[in-house]
Amino acid sequence: MTAFTILGLIVVAAPALLVAILGLSSLFSRPLSERRTSVVVKSAMFTGLIASISILALMLIKNERRVPIELGHWVVLHDHDEATEPVDPRREAPHNTHTPPAHPAHPLYHFSFKFEFDRLSVPFVILTFVLCGTIGAFADKYMHREAGFNRFFVLYAIFVMGMVVTSVAGTIETMFTGWELVGLSSTLLVAFFQERPNPCRNGLRVWVVYRLSDAGLLSAAILLHHVVGEGDFDRLMGAGAWPEGVAALTSGQALTVGLLLLFAVAGKSALVPFSGWLPRAMEGPTPSSAIFYGALSVHLGAFLLLRVSPILALSPVLAAVVVLLGLATAVFATFAVGVQTDIKSALSFASLTQVGFIVAEIGFFTWIGPRTGMPWLLYFPLIHILGHGCLRTLQFLRAPTLLHDYRVLENAFGGSLTIVPPSADDRAARPGMVRLYRLAMNRGNLDAILVRYLVDPVLAVFRSIDRFERRWISRLNGKPSEFE
Amino acid sequence: MNELHFAWIEFAILLPLFGALLVSRLKNPGTRQTAALLVGALTLVAALGDFEDFYMLHIHQAASDRWRLMTRIFGRELFVVDELSAPLVPLVALLYLLTNLATLRTKLPRVSFGRLLLSESLTIALFSSVDPWMIIALMSAGALLPYLELRSRNQPTGVYVLHMGAFVALMVLGWSLLDGKPPGSQPLIGLIPLMLGIAIRCGVFPFHLWISDLFENSSFATSLLTCTPLAGAYALVRLVIPTASHDLLAVLRIVAVFTAIYSSGMAMVQRDVRRFIACLFTSHSSLVLAGLALATPHSTTGALCLWFSIILATGGFGLTLRSLEARYGRLQLTKYLGLYVQSPALAICFVITGLASVGFPGTLGFIATDLLVDGAISANPIIGALVAVVEALNGIAMLRAYFLLFTGTRHMSTVSLQVRPRERLAVLTLAALILGGGIYPQPGVVSRHDAADVILSEREKNVGPDPRESTPEAEVGAAERTRTSPQSASASAADRR
Repeated sequence: MTAFTILGLIVVAAPALLVAILGLSSLFSRPLSERRTSVVVKSAMFTGLIASISILALMLIKNERRVPIELGHWVVLHDHDEATEPVDPRREAPHNTHTPPAHPAHPLYHFSFKFEFDRLSVPFVILTFVLCGTIGAFADKYMHREAGFNRFFVLYAIFVMGMVVTSVAGTIETMFTGWELVGLSSTLLVAFFQERPNPCRNGLRVWVVYRLSDAGLLSAAILLHHVVGEGDFDRLMGAGAWPEGVAALTSGQALTVGLLLLFAVAGKSALVPFSGWLPRAMEGPTPSSAIFYGALSVHLGAFLLLRVSPILALSPVLAAVVVLLGLATAVFATFAVGVQTDIKSALSFASLTQVGFIVAEIGFFTWIGPRTGMPWLLYFPLIHILGHGCLRTLQFLRAPTLLHDYRVLENAFGGSLTIVPPSADDRAARPGMVRLYRLAMNRGNLDAILVRYLVDPVLAVFRSIDRFERRWISRLNGKPSEFE
Repeated sequence: MNELHFAWIEFAILLPLFGALLVSRLKNPGTRQTAALLVGALTLVAALGDFEDFYMLHIHQAASDRWRLMTRIFGRELFVVDELSAPLVPLVALLYLLTNLATLRTKLPRVSFGRLLLSESLTIALFSSVDPWMIIALMSAGALLPYLELRSRNQPTGVYVLHMGAFVALMVLGWSLLDGKPPGSQPLIGLIPLMLGIAIRCGVFPFHLWISDLFENSSFATSLLTCTPLAGAYALVRLVIPTASHDLLAVLRIVAVFTAIYSSGMAMVQRDVRRFIACLFTSHSSLVLAGLALATPHSTTGALCLWFSIILATGGFGLTLRSLEARYGRLQLTKYLGLYVQSPALAICFVITGLASVGFPGTLGFIATDLLVDGAISANPIIGALVAVVEALNGIAMLRAYFLLFTGTRHMSTVSLQVRPRERLAVLTLAALILGGGIYPQPGVVSRHDAADVILSEREKNVGPDPRESTPEAEVGAAERTRTSPQSASASAADRR
């Protein structure tokens, strides 16, 4: 076992162990005390961070650009017909159920856990540990004596694990696993203050968008398997290390797979038209808002696009769609951010503006990079993600003390910093601006449009069918159900 | 035929049968439950012995007991275990035991433990039968027990009688027309009623109404134990899959996928918890049927894994809801109930079992869904994508129910409504199997793959290979893949997942 393998395993095992400790203690109704929880969280984050930095250092020293770590097959099925093991004549069956053939010609099905440390995943996983560690330390104080302290940290641990698995995933199935964990933990944290209905409604909204985008990712993964026969990123993206890989697809296949992936990205990163869930997600506690929507989770879609950038490079149409979607999101978020009345919503839209730019950069550079012999241009969006993530985390964590900070600034300047709002005369002179203001307040009506034209009709159909079924059952039974 | 070391199967069937007689004679409800638990535990031991014995023999064909008790009594071997049924028998025994275990004292006077044990005996007997008439007889007898309960509870029986009557009639008619015909040349006129009967038993659209009706009107335990083991899927594997034409299965898989989507959509709008779980169950069981009807190694393995997962996940999910109902009465999904604060352990169990039922990573259902989708997409990419959509919709429905039941407000109560140790043990056992199977799925998947192999070998022997596998389109597709990626295509042909 090489040093890379050991360190790679530590990177993944640290958050997994955290989930196991916090999760099992909760499952058996024996939650850890706040102090112990804090120690366990800090230890896990510190260990994971040190291991990931060590991997980076080793990669730089050994000049390795890509370090795949294979944990072997999690599930593997062999075709019985292709088994090469000699058949025991004493047995009636072709082979022993418990001891499958040692060297079958080809696996019929396999699901591998494979992790890949390269110039994309290592910075992202380091960012994950740095920010999650910071948030963990912050939340330890922020959530002190909160009724859901333990629940918060269980969900936090699941989130960290999901982020780490997604970051270092070497196959699209492994990435899907992490992607789902991030989605679930985010949803439950949005609904963290669960004794009020609004957080729960908003949590459900987030979950709906996530699940549908997950279906997009799953479909893309399956289609990739169908077309290429593999879900491993290194097989899919060719021999070159990121960002120099070349995908083994045709332009048409790249477009189809890419659009499905883009759907998943749009849901996860709140791109247009799914941007409506982002301000709703601010119902959660500030540490989770910071970690999910300011710094890490909202960038996950952009990370996926960077990971599959060789696919984007194959289709000019796809690259153009990515650029347009990114720019549209940036414009929309800029439009909405100016009228937000609470700091967390304002920050979330500010964050979304940058995410839109990052997505547009990815679309542009994946197209330009390989054609100009400068694939390294993709480092720009990656650097943008890293810088933006750190900045937003700081802003979100300072959000609860905004008024205090404001007062400090005013004292330093020696005067009021309050912006004078426009007068009634100004507003009357520009009626179009009022309409725009209303539109911005309603966040472009994106949510309302989706609900009215997509969600409501579907639910209405099923509700009508449900009513019909109930009537039909009552008729067949000869009386209505007493539980109606 | 191979012989087991001990007559485990007969013991697993006869113990609950005689136990039912014994329990029904007891007066005290508490004693009845204790006796039923004892009988259930012994039955589980016998079922596990059967399971262990089967795998100790290193076979994957049918095996009967060496004493041939049934042969001496009936003149023929009635009960055998094979690769398909070996793990199903202990799983069913476990589900019955945990259902008994999780029954609260307040419910004891209303629960018929004798009937539950009888039902357990019939289900285990069904899962260790290969004789078609025996299967039909046991399923018909099994269908009678919920009817008796509906009658005893003064609940309407019209929907149930109509569906189950049609089911029994079609099964008898179908097999009467097929009986004696060689496997490869069975007439369509016999297969169609047989498949219709199975479609009714599985709750395939438009024959799904009886499932929600049963969940709504009978006790939670009865409806759960009648539906969850997927007796209809067992009949499909034994009676239809080996001989049905490819076209007939094509029709079944289209209807099954439609039912899965339909039911997942219906689950999202339900206002009653019982109807909600009925819809969720129908959606999942339809996916099993779709996977079986695709009849490819991947899809069949995926369907059998999903079957296993459904028993555990839906069983656990149902038991959690049953525990909630025992505390709060009939639950509606029309407003926030905020039960988390009173029953946090049940909330956690609800999430775990619910996520397992929608194939979430880390649970048993994940790899099953992956295999199923993979098999579906190799047969038809649209079906694969639809299965992904079904899982997305079921996930939405599941979390909607969670939010409505456990959050949104604070349920006030003057007495403790925490989960009882027995309930905790029951649900945690299922949760442990769900998570354990999700973290280390290899043995279970290999076992199901072996079972799939047996099923498909028999089918191929009788019906021949599926013409889809050698169509010009498929060859063109393969050639296209080769042109697209010489490096990966060599692996693609071999590794096609």
